[in-house]
Amino acid sequence: MADFDQELDASGLNCPLPILRAKKTLAGMESGQVLHVIATDPGSVKDFDAFAKQTGNELMDSQEEGGKFLFLIKKS
Amino acid sequence: MEQKKLAIIATKGSLDWAYPPFILASTASALGYEVQVFFTFYGLQLLKKKLSLEVTPLGNPGMPMPMGMDKWFPILGMTLPGMQAMMTAMMKKKMKDKGVASVEELRDLCQEAEVRLIACQMTVDLFDMDTSAFIDGVDYAGAAAFFEFAGESDICLYI
Repeated sequence: MADFDQELDASGLNCPLPILRAKKTLAGMESGQVLHVIATDPGSVKDFDAFAKQTGNELMDSQEEGGKFLFLIKKS
Repeated sequence: MEQKKLAIIATKGSLDWAYPPFILASTASALGYEVQVFFTFYGLQLLKKKLSLEVTPLGNPGMPMPMGMDKWFPILGMTLPGMQAMMTAMMKKKMKDKGVASVEELRDLCQEAEVRLIACQMTVDLFDMDTSAFIDGVDYAGAAAFFEFAGESDICLYI
């Protein structure tokens, strides 16, 4: 995975917490910075896709790795 | 892009029904919606500082019971003393184990995200509820005030 500026480990958290924590973390970041999110909730794959579409933050990458779901989100 | 709006009417005061309004309100606010939740009748229980929400299998055939108890003792078994407390404890434990947030946590997140929580003034008066038992930051208003926002909303849910 590419470089990122901050990491958020949302492992073990269920809907809607990964999205809420991501939103909060992004709020403290600067435009253009990249957030790496680690989640274990399978629902987060579609949720982060929808989150990116609706908030304008770009979902640069979304992948699964050993039961974990990894996302790279660039703050708009 | 104009900010979208979500209006929710929360009318139920049990543990299971406490989740939908707070989950949807907090998520929508994370997506950039402006959100208002109007708490009326039993929904007002969700605004108490000290929540004592319970869940009951009585009259709820869809609620999963351990070991198929509901099949062995339909209805009668569900009325046994302590059954409601037991089911409430079991559901809370299951939610914690699965990483589901507590109602208090979701409610805090809503307030942090500036979701507007409105208590129905008429119900408060009707049940002689003590407003000092409610959390801070709650607005008190009537149906007309809510319609002002609901009428402009993109989504309106009755829960």
